[in-house]
Amino acid sequence: MIKATINGIAVEVPEGTSILDAAGKVHVKIPTLCKHKDLEASAACGICIVKVKGWSKMLRACCTPVENGMDITTHDPEIVKIRRTVLELILSTHPNECLTCGRNNDCELQKIAADFGIREEEFPKHLRDIKQDASTKTIVLSPQKCILCGRCVNVCQEHQNVWALSFLDRGIKTRISPAGDIKLSDSPCIRCGQCSNHCPTGAICEHDETAPVWDALRNPKKHCVVQIAPAVRVAIGEAFGFPLGANLTGKLVAALHRLGFHAVFDTSFGADITVMEEASEFVRRFRDGEGKLPLITSCCPAWVDFLEKSHPDMIPYFSSCKSPHQIVGVLSKTYYAKKRGIDPADIFVTSIMPCTAKKHEIGRSDEMFASGHQDIDISLTTRELARMLKQSGVDFASLPDEQPDDLLGQYSGAGVIFGNTGGVMEAAVRTAYNFVTGEDMGKLEIADIRGLEGVKEAKLEVGGEIVRIAVAHGLKNVEYLLEKVRAGVKGGGEPPYHFIEVMACAGGCIGGGGQPYGVTDELRRKRMRGLYSEDEANAIRYSYKHPAVERIYKEFLGKPLGKTSEELLHTEYRARPLYVK
Amino acid sequence: MPDKTILLKYTSQDAPARTKEFLGLFTAALRELDALEGVNITGVEDIGLYDDGLVVRILPEGITYRNVQEGDIRRIIELTVKKGQIIKELLAKPAAKETRVALRNCGAIDPDRIEDYIAAGGYAGLKRALFELKPDDIIAEVMKAGLRGRGGGGFPTANKWQLARKAQGARKFIICNADEGDPGAYMDRSILEGDPHSVLEGMIIAGLAFGASQGIFYVRAEYPLAVERVEKAIAAAREYGLLGERILGGAFSFDVDIRLGAGAFVCGEETALLASVEGRRGYPRPRPPYPTDHGLWGYPTVINNVETLANVPPIIAKGGGWFASMGSGKSTGTKVFALTGKVRNSGLVEVEMGVPIRDIVYSLGGGTLSGKAVKAVQTGGPSGGVIPKEHLDTPITYENLAQLGSIMGSGGMIVLDEDDCVVDICKFYLKFCVDESCGKCAPCRIGGFQMLEILERISEGKGVPEDLPKLHEIATAMQKASLCGLGQSAPNPVLSTLRYFEDEYKEHIVSRRCLTGKCKGLLVYAINQEKCKRCKMCQNNCPAGAIPGDREKGFVIDASKCIKCGRCAEVCKFGAVDRR
Repeated sequence: MIKATINGIAVEVPEGTSILDAAGKVHVKIPTLCKHKDLEASAACGICIVKVKGWSKMLRACCTPVENGMDITTHDPEIVKIRRTVLELILSTHPNECLTCGRNNDCELQKIAADFGIREEEFPKHLRDIKQDASTKTIVLSPQKCILCGRCVNVCQEHQNVWALSFLDRGIKTRISPAGDIKLSDSPCIRCGQCSNHCPTGAICEHDETAPVWDALRNPKKHCVVQIAPAVRVAIGEAFGFPLGANLTGKLVAALHRLGFHAVFDTSFGADITVMEEASEFVRRFRDGEGKLPLITSCCPAWVDFLEKSHPDMIPYFSSCKSPHQIVGVLSKTYYAKKRGIDPADIFVTSIMPCTAKKHEIGRSDEMFASGHQDIDISLTTRELARMLKQSGVDFASLPDEQPDDLLGQYSGAGVIFGNTGGVMEAAVRTAYNFVTGEDMGKLEIADIRGLEGVKEAKLEVGGEIVRIAVAHGLKNVEYLLEKVRAGVKGGGEPPYHFIEVMACAGGCIGGGGQPYGVTDELRRKRMRGLYSEDEANAIRYSYKHPAVERIYKEFLGKPLGKTSEELLHTEYRARPLYVK
Repeated sequence: MPDKTILLKYTSQDAPARTKEFLGLFTAALRELDALEGVNITGVEDIGLYDDGLVVRILPEGITYRNVQEGDIRRIIELTVKKGQIIKELLAKPAAKETRVALRNCGAIDPDRIEDYIAAGGYAGLKRALFELKPDDIIAEVMKAGLRGRGGGGFPTANKWQLARKAQGARKFIICNADEGDPGAYMDRSILEGDPHSVLEGMIIAGLAFGASQGIFYVRAEYPLAVERVEKAIAAAREYGLLGERILGGAFSFDVDIRLGAGAFVCGEETALLASVEGRRGYPRPRPPYPTDHGLWGYPTVINNVETLANVPPIIAKGGGWFASMGSGKSTGTKVFALTGKVRNSGLVEVEMGVPIRDIVYSLGGGTLSGKAVKAVQTGGPSGGVIPKEHLDTPITYENLAQLGSIMGSGGMIVLDEDDCVVDICKFYLKFCVDESCGKCAPCRIGGFQMLEILERISEGKGVPEDLPKLHEIATAMQKASLCGLGQSAPNPVLSTLRYFEDEYKEHIVSRRCLTGKCKGLLVYAINQEKCKRCKMCQNNCPAGAIPGDREKGFVIDASKCIKCGRCAEVCKFGAVDRR
């Protein structure tokens, strides 16, 4: 343990603790603009400077570890004055467009400017004339609002290993951009939206598509249905002052009804169907030897994009099953339409997702039009829904719970844990176990693949055979698994794993790019707990046992991997260039 | 053949040339004292001393007197010319001499021939280090020498090696920082081009001292000849068994590679340099961890500048005590300066630390080219500061320069004369740093830019009194809150010129005048009607058509059209164009 004093207060912290974090321990808040609790310090903004006795220069609290005996001052007139000057310099390069900005009222720069009581522009404005890039239609890059904190570049390069965003030029001309100054849609970007989730300002926002949803809701000819992804229910509350991780399924359903949706469905039901299909695929490959092992999950559209661009050699291992979200979409415009006697052309499907990549997924290939129409019309993020609810006049916090609608609204406990890392694997294994052995799996929780470790591995006994499974989340962790697979299967060798789950974002969908801001591992754990609790509370925890699942196979789909399933619920992958010329 | 030759030169610039006058006086006195016989007396154009009044040199003895007054003439003839006695109080101090350590072989050997280097005593240090010293002894020798980083920081080299020696790592690296970027500084290039083996030897010794197995030359790509010479040196050293496995048959193995820098000034900063070598954008990162703990690819790494490493072989060969016997206080040894600007003899000079700045400027540099008085000396490159003429007698050391608000830097030394405007000079250096700011951290990126805008306003005559406190405010924020040395020191030119030349700034802001005429925006050309002879030359020559009028009514300069090129003043034979 390291002992030091901060503003005269004794503090004891583990070795390696930054001054910033140590100050937090003694209830001292050092302001910073570039440091995000979820990311390594980049030391870009220069706001968090502190004085340390014996040092002639000021040190940055975000990246300076506390040393034994340090006598640290975090606030004095000189420090505050310099912080203010630095802040004013930053403001001199930032447009005053707060009222019409995507981050109005939720902006870290706006907040710190308010905290410092900035009332005048101290330095002449120097705005950079850099065009907005909305080419991905999922996230919008507005580099003129960027304060160059480096979070997006860090998360894109180091955490996601995507390398779509980088810094270009230097000095006052420095800006964020895809390398080579190309459009983001032509870059390796996989639209995971982690950049937007970590951006302190409005420089990277989700592509707002609430307007067409409002239009559809106000259009009497449209039959509007909506689906809620698992991860949304444990994060939406953050926008309304609920405790972190609170599971608000009932309130969400009620609120969506109030917004005017005719039917509220749940993506977790789609997850149950995915489990049926994917488990069948697994059994076919594992037991029957048809197809390649390991089977790799494909629910995450950012991961799919990454695979197609960066690891096309792994395509044969991919599950052909569509994501739960697409499954609910296509079933809304086929099964539901048929059962309710509604022309699918009149059905408007909205999905509420924790994810920006889902906006891209809904049009990513012809298979996403399996119903004969675009299966999902608009995909909104959790953040967009929060704004819609605030506009709607619904008092979300006090709303009584309501039940989701038939036929695509009920789901098993396995369906809902799709929203966090390890959940897809756990849900699929529960069913695959039954498909192989004909029995129910006794112990449902697979502790080895729960939690936030970047790569998780486990061995399970299924029908007398050992099944090796692995889970990765945060794309930087994928390389390890894929390399292991490549090495293992080289020359017809035994694969190191039989089943791999990958989610692009750290923590899985609960940490998705479309979720409320300020994600940390602590918050991820709370959101995860919210989903696991719902699984535990659900009377049915096996997908294959849910009556809604049984009914749809009986009435409509036939059997997993059957003709209808293949037509509607499965897709294909193709190698795509990392850079579009 | 005459017995004696007397050379005369009046060297001060304060009055019209008086050499001829003194020649007359001397000749008259010689005649009067009946000493003309066998004496040849000549006025010369250059006598090697500058700004020293009348300089008299008597050959063949070579006795040189300076600041000779009329009243001294007779006793010089009586005592020195006739009797060969020396008049002590008139003696010119011996001119400051160069002491070449880092530059010892430059120009003296063929850099492409390792044999020449060895013949000049090269690789003797390495041999001693390999077979007579333990690694700790090598470090102790460098410690005893008091060698400090010559690239700018002045950090004790031995301490750096010691830290890297103690650091745990499966591999260790030594990087030679040859990313020389200060405008006007080229000592590193000269050493690499003129004596590549000295740096290579220094590097091998460093590797031996702290346990590095791999060295890397980080050379800017703009130095192709240096790269070529280093490549040849590496190849020759390998051939001689001085590089590679088991050097000279001993237990130590070491090899060297070259990486080219893409030309960003910031890549001279240690952590940005590491990022660049690793193939990343040249962004500095926070320290700690220091490169000696966590450097290239995460391994302990020492980064030493070219000149620093060139000093190492003689230190090991001759001993740290020898090196420490030169210099002053904590600034031991010698330093190479790139002397440029308004100086007569520009070039690289290597002097002992502690030599007064004046000696470098006058004795080695020969004073100003224009003959005008020195206004200030700028040291330390774009991150340095100006030292006004009042402080020219300061002995040059790391500490003294810092005290004066400047730095040693890599050894840039630019002489400014009275025609130089400090606002203009300051703008030049700041612009360099603004252009070269990597853009990572806000205080440097935006602060430098905003300061430059203010300076530009001032030089255009649009300055306001509040600009000076604002410059101070931004400069302080940059110094305190910037991440790396570039940002922290970029405001130095501003702060040091404000410190010594605030009046000149005020002259620009309040009186809207630039006395040197360098700030064109502040110049006003006007025709003095009293002197004007209405010859029309100004109108004929004005490229902007800014001089309306005719020979009847006379001519005026239309300030709204005038581009301040000064052509009218040049062509006017009557001095009738005033420049204010």
